[in-house]
Amino acid sequence: MHLFDIDIWQEILSTIRKNRLRTFLTGFSVAWGIFMLIILLGAGNGLQNGVENQFKSDATNSIWIYNGTTTKAYKGLQSGRNIEFNNSDYEFVRDNIPGIKEISARYYMWQNRLVSYKKEYGTYDLICVHPDYQVIENAIITSGRFLNNVDIHNYRKVAVIGRKVSTSLFKDGKDPLGQYINVNKVPFEVVGVFRDQSERDEERIYLPISTVQMIFNGGNRINNLSLTSDLNAKQSEELEATLRAKLAQRHQFDKDDPGALFVNNTIKQYQKFQNLFIGIRIFVAFIGMFTIIAGIVGVSNIMIIVVNERTKEIGIRKAIGATPASVIGLILLEAIVITAFAGYIGLVAGVGLLELLSKYLPQNDFFQNPEVDFSIAMISTLLLVVAGALAGFFPALKASRVKPVVALRDE
Amino acid sequence: MIDLRSIHKSYVTGSNSLHVLKGIDLFVDKGELVSIMGASGSGKSTLLNVLGILDNYEKGEYYLDGQLVKEMSEAKAAILRNRMLGFVFQSFNLISFKNALENVALPLYYQGVSRKKRNKMALEFLDRMGLKEWADHLPSELSGGQKQRVAIARALITKPRVILADEPTGALDSVTSQEVMDIFQEINAAGITVIIVTHEREIAQRTDKIIRLKDGNIEEIIFNQHLQKAAI
Repeated sequence: MHLFDIDIWQEILSTIRKNRLRTFLTGFSVAWGIFMLIILLGAGNGLQNGVENQFKSDATNSIWIYNGTTTKAYKGLQSGRNIEFNNSDYEFVRDNIPGIKEISARYYMWQNRLVSYKKEYGTYDLICVHPDYQVIENAIITSGRFLNNVDIHNYRKVAVIGRKVSTSLFKDGKDPLGQYINVNKVPFEVVGVFRDQSERDEERIYLPISTVQMIFNGGNRINNLSLTSDLNAKQSEELEATLRAKLAQRHQFDKDDPGALFVNNTIKQYQKFQNLFIGIRIFVAFIGMFTIIAGIVGVSNIMIIVVNERTKEIGIRKAIGATPASVIGLILLEAIVITAFAGYIGLVAGVGLLELLSKYLPQNDFFQNPEVDFSIAMISTLLLVVAGALAGFFPALKASRVKPVVALRDE
Repeated sequence: MIDLRSIHKSYVTGSNSLHVLKGIDLFVDKGELVSIMGASGSGKSTLLNVLGILDNYEKGEYYLDGQLVKEMSEAKAAILRNRMLGFVFQSFNLISFKNALENVALPLYYQGVSRKKRNKMALEFLDRMGLKEWADHLPSELSGGQKQRVAIARALITKPRVILADEPTGALDSVTSQEVMDIFQEINAAGITVIIVTHEREIAQRTDKIIRLKDGNIEEIIFNQHLQKAAI
């Protein structure tokens, strides 16, 4: 028996063509298995992409510290005291605590947020920070530069504006770089334009913290500290504890006071999500495996039925000269052809649906770009084809051993 | 052509053993037209299965065209069946999803004959059976007589030495039965050995030799001339 003998394929194709329902049922269970697997893998990836994208707009290795109000009395001081940070806290943390890569303080400007350029104006988020903030926020400079240390040191009146700010203020088409925008009637020179993974963050204007503190009566107050580090989740927790302890010492509060200080550790969060993803992947792999097994069982069931149904035909073929090998070949090749073709259909349908979903599904923060690793999809299709062949092999072997006289016995 | 020497065959079902053939000695010469008769259970179909290498036997020796057929591998038996034997069955045993032409051509597929060539030959054999116009019809679209003629064409296409027919007229009316017998006689006239299992006297009458089986033994062998004498 030659595999590339065209007659074998013609024989199989004519058998398939003339047994449409049987072919359809076998094919459907395979196609469905692959289809579900692709959708499942795609959904898992979509969830992961969505959540990972959430993190993309900020550094995934950052720690944020906000001041609060004490809830415990400490060393004779009453509870309910507001903790306030100032520039010296920033300098202290920057200079004395190891493991910090980038650090920035931020001063909140809640009032006087009106920004204008010529006749255009709007209110934007004014973020008054140090130069390191660029890394912490993942702001991507598209033209010009971000804030630098000279801006801070010399109290320069410069601004880095978001893409959306740029398009809504500079309607006259002028290059914003070098132009002056008025922030609460004080002119600031635009030195850079940035974009951000998060569209909302593109409505921001970054200003040097020192300049703003001086011009807008900020004194030396700061509202929060943010920093990045290359530590792992466990080490980052230690860093968090150190920060808490040192700041508690400086501001006279109990380091275990939950209200005095709020810490947001994205390293820990990211790790949590990483663990979640591992969980999701194991779950998807598990379900996927059972989907494949269900497909295999479906195929073997149908193959057993097929062989029973064809016992008489096999008997006839054997009586007129079919060897056992040719009988096995006929049934096996038919199973392989059907599973391969149906698997391919399921693969295309699944990938197609995922494409449609990622194209037409409304943008959703937690579900983006459902996609499958093509090699995984191919491997699972191949696996199912091999399994289909194996599932077909034993019934085929049984069929090849059928005695023609038994098969031909008249009922 | 066929030489059986004390063939024994029994069927084992569970703890029961049914002794079906109890030492059959039979010689069929090349070009003979032979019928096997006997009551049901006499072992005539079993004998035909042994002759057709469709079933094995326990004791004795079977020579087909001088070749000992015993404990043969399935593959070897299949090749021998394909080259030497042609089968015709009571229930035709055509493959239902193949048309007449494809059914007739199938034995040649197992000989490795090219599609073009085997379809041409199949058409030729169908034409001989007067069924050329029915070549692309499925078995379900043919009458009983037509089906049996397709089956005979299929048996003949490999140019076998022996045709084995198991109640070939059992499912046909008397007129059609006679037509089918005409065909068998023609085939026989061309030099092919034909062995027909039947329980119909009219069919047996038209053969050269009648082998009558009873309880797994050959009860008597009647030659055509004796039979005709007896009938008169």
